[in-house]
Amino acid sequence: MSVSAVPGGDRGRKPRVALFVTCLVDLIRPSVGFAAVKLLEDAGCTVDVPVQTCCGQPAFNSGDRGTARDLAEQVIEAFRGYDYVVAPSGSCAGMIKAHYPELFADDPNWLPRVNALAARTYELTSFLVDVLGVTKVDASYEGTVTYHDSCSGLRELGVRSQPRRLLASMEGVTLVELNESDVCCGFGGTFAVKYSDISGAIVDAKTKHVSETGASTLLAGDLGCLMNMAGRLSREGKEIEVRHVAEVLAGMTDDPPIAAARDPRRS
Amino acid sequence: MTVHTTSPQFKANAAQALADVQLQKALGNVKQGFIDKRQKAAEKLPEFEALRDSARDIKNHTLAHLDLYLEAYEDKVKASGGHVHFARTAEEARSIILGICRDAGARTVTKGKSMISEEIGINHHLEAHGVVPVETDLGEYIIQLRNEMPSHIIAPAVHLNATQVEQDFRRVHTHLDAKRDLSEPVQLLTEARTVLRERFLAADVGITGANFLVAETGTSIIVTNEGNGDLTQILPKTHIVLASIEKLVPTLEDVSQILRVLARSATGQEMSVYTTFSTGPRRPGDADGPENYHVVLLDNGRSSMLGTSFEEMLRCIRCGACMNHCPVYHAVGGHAYGWVYPGPMGAVLTPSLIGVDKAGHLPNASTFCGRCESVCPVRIPLPKLMRHWREREFERHLTPATIRSGLRTWGFFAKRPALYRLATRAAMGVLGLAGRTKGRFAWLPLAKGWTKYRDFPAPQGETFQARWRRERSRRSA
Repeated sequence: MSVSAVPGGDRGRKPRVALFVTCLVDLIRPSVGFAAVKLLEDAGCTVDVPVQTCCGQPAFNSGDRGTARDLAEQVIEAFRGYDYVVAPSGSCAGMIKAHYPELFADDPNWLPRVNALAARTYELTSFLVDVLGVTKVDASYEGTVTYHDSCSGLRELGVRSQPRRLLASMEGVTLVELNESDVCCGFGGTFAVKYSDISGAIVDAKTKHVSETGASTLLAGDLGCLMNMAGRLSREGKEIEVRHVAEVLAGMTDDPPIAAARDPRRS
Repeated sequence: MTVHTTSPQFKANAAQALADVQLQKALGNVKQGFIDKRQKAAEKLPEFEALRDSARDIKNHTLAHLDLYLEAYEDKVKASGGHVHFARTAEEARSIILGICRDAGARTVTKGKSMISEEIGINHHLEAHGVVPVETDLGEYIIQLRNEMPSHIIAPAVHLNATQVEQDFRRVHTHLDAKRDLSEPVQLLTEARTVLRERFLAADVGITGANFLVAETGTSIIVTNEGNGDLTQILPKTHIVLASIEKLVPTLEDVSQILRVLARSATGQEMSVYTTFSTGPRRPGDADGPENYHVVLLDNGRSSMLGTSFEEMLRCIRCGACMNHCPVYHAVGGHAYGWVYPGPMGAVLTPSLIGVDKAGHLPNASTFCGRCESVCPVRIPLPKLMRHWREREFERHLTPATIRSGLRTWGFFAKRPALYRLATRAAMGVLGLAGRTKGRFAWLPLAKGWTKYRDFPAPQGETFQARWRRERSRRSA
């Protein structure tokens, strides 16, 4: 890592990173959050976790701008004063980076703070590679993995090569590309519940492609998509491990994969 | 409101489409062809991205001065000997067109492909008044035989297979040998051509749409691959151009720029096979062309989009790239959307034209994956505009009650971090315990939509924030 990652070029101190853990990771899969902390600390950052709930995206995408604004203000207040804000999710990072400025576009009182926060907010793998210059992670994982590019990370933040570069630097990992890896998995937040028939058809197409790769592990950078794909694979009775890419990059794969039964030998 | 809509029944339409094995197969074929071809065409043109910017800017400029360009265009059409009719509504457009047909003593009317003619439902109107409309674009001809709407804006019959078309031809073309071989697609094409050739020659009026109207010259431009549009507008004595007001562009230079992104985005062609410019009726000395040239300019709600965030939608040049790249369109096809325009562009445009109370599902039936915006040649922020519709629905209390109450409950906790921490700790503790062995739930109350198709992964138990504070306080102690 390069120490010049501290804004202002203060070479004497570590970058102070606030982890935006995301509500899904907070509630469903905390191990992803700890993997993110390990990756950030290994790369030389000091990590803090401000008290937080949600970025407001579900309200924003449901047309409830008022609630979205309230939650965005809460995030902006809670994440003041850090060098960077990093989320193990392209979707939530994209909400802060791409959509907060839109949400506050006609509010000159808030806009400068909003833009400042947006400018220092990153998705985890792009922060490691693009900002910190990490080229290698010190972990190993035995297996053939495939990777799904979650939509917001890919199209709002340009996250595509970063996770692949980090995976390629690991011992033991073979990456097999997923056909149509850039096509939505059908999650779409409340879409998966509101239009479950359509969402079911889209995720079905996705899991077919996943099976075709022959990979034993499916990775992605967003827990929403992962829960959707893992839930479908589990319903189909497929024995493919599904994990957040951060868990593998951090070498923290002791917890059972997403939607998998607990290994009785460990419980 | 013009053509009958089934958009309010979008969910039922979608369920039906998902269960239609033949349709699903046809949609599977659509998917790859269009996407790969567009990709290759875009990669071959180094300035493609710059041209998209330019196309966006040209359309933005035109929309900002649309009144001036409409007047300039009208003047030029008149100067070239043509007539311009402004239609505020579909009804007005229909009666103007019927009037022109009656003046021409028309019995049959040939038609080039035009989505605006679908929007105003002109075929039924003409039929009801004794004028026979004949679609001449192959896809449009097929769906006219089936009394269907187009399921795609540039490939109207993309939901059908060759066997279905063969059945329709045998049903309708009863004057031909019943034992003829129609097993090859090219035989279907030849038959359609033969049948249509007589129709072209017999038609009294030809109606075409327009991809562009050029203010500088009063020219209408159609972009086609079959040549049927040319025969439609050249052979009959009267040519009617039916176009909506946002088709205007200032100059021929502007058109030539936008044309470079249109076909590439649509079909992956560098240019379509025919790009035909027509300016006014036949002049003395011209070898061919119509004696009468009419332009019917349709508003039908578009001018009320100007000056709102939906103005951006009026940049659309109808290439179809958004639906070609849409996972929802791939899953349910065009008819499920229930009106004229399907896919992401339809999800934004339809509520503007028929009302969000009727078309409210369409902007909601999107995962916001953003693939449509990433390929739109005029860079329309389609997901953002769909979100704007969701905002209007929320304001007007059109959002379903279950979603509203779910959001309200969740928002209540999310705005109170201390309470949120307590509540989520308790809830995740319970869920984590309940799902501890299997690691997933096959059924959960309040999540039936989710668990109908997939399991719900069990939470690990303790929340991240709880465990973090516990471990950090131990570390610092």
